[in-house]
Amino acid sequence: MQEHQQLSDSEITEDLTAPVIRSARWFWSVVGSLGFIMLVGISGYIYELYSGLGVTGVQRPVYWGAYITNFVFWIGISHAGIMVSAILRLTQAEWKRPITRAAEVLTLFSLIAALSNIMFHVGRPWRIYWITPLPPIFIGFDFARGIWPNVRSPFVWDPVAVGTYLLSTILFVYTCLIPDIALVRDKVKAGPAKIIYSILALGFRGTPRQWKVQGTAPILLSALVLPIFVSVHSIVSWDFAVSIAVEGWHSTIFAPYFIIGAIHSGVSGVVTLMAGLLWLYKLDKYIKPDHFDAIGRLLVVVATIWFFALFLEWVYALYPLEDPEIALRNMQVSQPPWSYLFIVFLLTGFFIPVGAWLFKSVRRNPMWMFFTTILVNIGMWLERFLIIVPGLSRRTELSFNWGTYTPSLVEIGLVAFTFAFVICGVLVFARIFPLIPPFDIKEGMRFRHVIKIGKKNISAVVRE
Amino acid sequence: MANKSVLGLFIDENEAGDALSSLRKAKYQDNEFEVMTGTPYPHGTFGEAHPKLRLHRFPIFGAVIGFTVALIITVGTQLAYPLVTGGKPVLSIPPMLVIFYEMTLLFSVIVTVFGALFESRLPKIFMGAYDERIMTEGYIGVVVSVPIDRIPKAEQILKKSGAESTKRGWEE
Repeated sequence: MQEHQQLSDSEITEDLTAPVIRSARWFWSVVGSLGFIMLVGISGYIYELYSGLGVTGVQRPVYWGAYITNFVFWIGISHAGIMVSAILRLTQAEWKRPITRAAEVLTLFSLIAALSNIMFHVGRPWRIYWITPLPPIFIGFDFARGIWPNVRSPFVWDPVAVGTYLLSTILFVYTCLIPDIALVRDKVKAGPAKIIYSILALGFRGTPRQWKVQGTAPILLSALVLPIFVSVHSIVSWDFAVSIAVEGWHSTIFAPYFIIGAIHSGVSGVVTLMAGLLWLYKLDKYIKPDHFDAIGRLLVVVATIWFFALFLEWVYALYPLEDPEIALRNMQVSQPPWSYLFIVFLLTGFFIPVGAWLFKSVRRNPMWMFFTTILVNIGMWLERFLIIVPGLSRRTELSFNWGTYTPSLVEIGLVAFTFAFVICGVLVFARIFPLIPPFDIKEGMRFRHVIKIGKKNISAVVRE
Repeated sequence: MANKSVLGLFIDENEAGDALSSLRKAKYQDNEFEVMTGTPYPHGTFGEAHPKLRLHRFPIFGAVIGFTVALIITVGTQLAYPLVTGGKPVLSIPPMLVIFYEMTLLFSVIVTVFGALFESRLPKIFMGAYDERIMTEGYIGVVVSVPIDRIPKAEQILKKSGAESTKRGWEE
């Protein structure tokens, strides 16, 4: 049962637009610190652009390292954001109201972070447009560009899928944001901010027709975004799975395994964000222990399915008893440093958090949920690292192909950059737009009533 | 004659509903008045006309456009420079399906969003009579947009129905 506290429209407006109207005291210092981390990362990137990829730790035969690990990680985080939002919208789950926007915004910034890793990873980022089918007439200055992208390559599927997902997410977030932009337009005093909000609100006035569209469009868009969400991580997994040369990658279970891993990682990311927002913006009237409890139970189910997929991936790899595959798995579990990372991965990705979430007291405690979900994402980052790097640094019959990988300072700086970027992006978004949709909360409040059954007061929701 | 609008602000849902009934009795047409609220209400709360939407058609229309674009990108570009790689056919269906799938969904989303704006009658440059308290404080606005000579009567009806305040504005 949801706890209930009846609030007026004015109170909700005041509470949820407060971070937009005036900066919190901590805001500039936190954003400044994150900006400094980003500046360090960008400096490293400029150095890498000037010196070439030799400043990274990647070398033969390990050509994919921290950047690709980080790319897959952020794609994973981006998944559950929109998945949580879309599924909760489609099922009209009442507890979705304070969660959906934050989940969508997390998706948006983590996708941008994921794409930035591709820019860090490629040798000539200024030719990134080569993946687009732009006719030569538009790029006449580029004489080297004489051919079209090869649509048979996963490296063309990837940007198409991620680009589709990013554009769809931006449109999805904007469509759902229009009523709240209108609210902020009406809340801020006259000035440049009012003009910008007025333009973005497009003249929204809250007519029955506009509200009906606001009720229908997000559900339609959710139904369209969910298949995109499933395809994106499948395609990311095929970057690995369609390669027949690397043991540990060429697996038919990779697409569902990556998707469920992404959901595990992303839902955990949403919980971390919810707990962080609750603490930073004092949103305890809106984000309640019930929300953490509900999402914690969902996480137990998701984590268990993911662990089953991990188990199956190992079974499928070992069942044919092929020597190179056995050698790779042996390396992952018994050779340091991979073996240490593997233990940390299993403990943080599954055993510690899921063990903790079995207790209701943990699920209902935002602080515990914050730390346990951070543990999950440490584990999930390591999972991707353990798929990519040992797969490439494996021992083959040709000893000159043996190699290992240690990330350089430039790579560490750029990985830190992406984390700072996503946190900073969410905070800046929350400074510009309400991160909890006020109109949705007000609607929920209108349909919620306390009914008395015998001597007990029960909170009930009326639905049309 | 240019239209002018008058807005009545109500606190109570029943009073706003009464205002709509009175406007109808006074021969104001359904397309001449509108309710504005800061949150969605169940349809018919104020006795307003039920808006008909055709939003569900837009994704299908977008899907057709997206599929066509994908066909042009994949088939067109590969035939424009038929380069055999890895001994695979120039037009290889399985990888082309990936592009078809993504483009179909992408254009469905784009056209649905444009459809949502079209069905919402947005963007609306001239907002007419409007009050910020509708969005911020939960007031219910009833706005009547008619030629200027019919404005005083509408204003009178709104006040009589219990409007807390009224204000006038220009329509496009």
